[in-house]
Amino acid sequence: MLPIENYLFLSLALFIIGVIGVVTRRNVIVVLMSIELILNAVNINLVAFSRLYGDVTGQVFALFIIADAAAEAAVALGIIIAFFRNRETVLEDEMDLLKW
Amino acid sequence: MLDKVLFYFFAAIAVASAALMVTRRNVVHGAIFLITALLATAGIFLQLRAEFLFIVQIILYVGGIMVLFVFVIMLVNLDVALQQIQFARKKWVALLVALALAAQVGLMFWSSGKMPGQGLPVLTAAAATSLPPNSETVAHSLFESYLLPFEIASVLLLVAMIGAVVMAKKRT
Repeated sequence: MLPIENYLFLSLALFIIGVIGVVTRRNVIVVLMSIELILNAVNINLVAFSRLYGDVTGQVFALFIIADAAAEAAVALGIIIAFFRNRETVLEDEMDLLKW
Repeated sequence: MLDKVLFYFFAAIAVASAALMVTRRNVVHGAIFLITALLATAGIFLQLRAEFLFIVQIILYVGGIMVLFVFVIMLVNLDVALQQIQFARKKWVALLVALALAAQVGLMFWSSGKMPGQGLPVLTAAAATSLPPNSETVAHSLFESYLLPFEIASVLLLVAMIGAVVMAKKRT
């Protein structure tokens, strides 16, 4: 019914929107949410190809990516809370202590 | 036909709310739009007959990760932050990266010699009864072929949990 490229283009669109969010936004929390969007776009590709080839391996890898996203979100939000306690900011261009 | 309608419905919701998520000033609105995008992706998974991932996406992403995000926004986000400039002046970098990614995909289609709509593989609409039960096949693959990566993922989650607790706890 649906050609595979529909899923590829949907995934590409979500990926590009995520990359634009990562590059342009200043708020670290929005940057993290954009990264979640990117991981999600990759999952769409994996599931679409798993359906195309009738092989469930792609879905297993999508599961691993979801677990990875959960771990990443937990650690990154912990870092954000610790940083906010020290510096009272969540803007990424004010995090310049190590910048030369 | 129903497949097509469902796909375009969910895809439109996903792309629109993702674009809104990136452009809204208010972080809480962004989080709500991200939830909508993730739910629409869950709909795409269901349309691809990946029922197990559909449920995992809703429970884990929307129910777990996004609640964590909203909690941290509540703890961290000052009202002051709303008055500040939300966009760094890196529009050209973003445009360049987006164009490069799009060009890469265009190059992929060009070098394969098959433009969209011409002879690329098509996902056939299988009746739900003709497919093997999804959760069962995922479980077989996960616990037979990918048992070691599964265990490593659980160790990763443990490390992340301890790391998050250590990071977020108050220094005494």
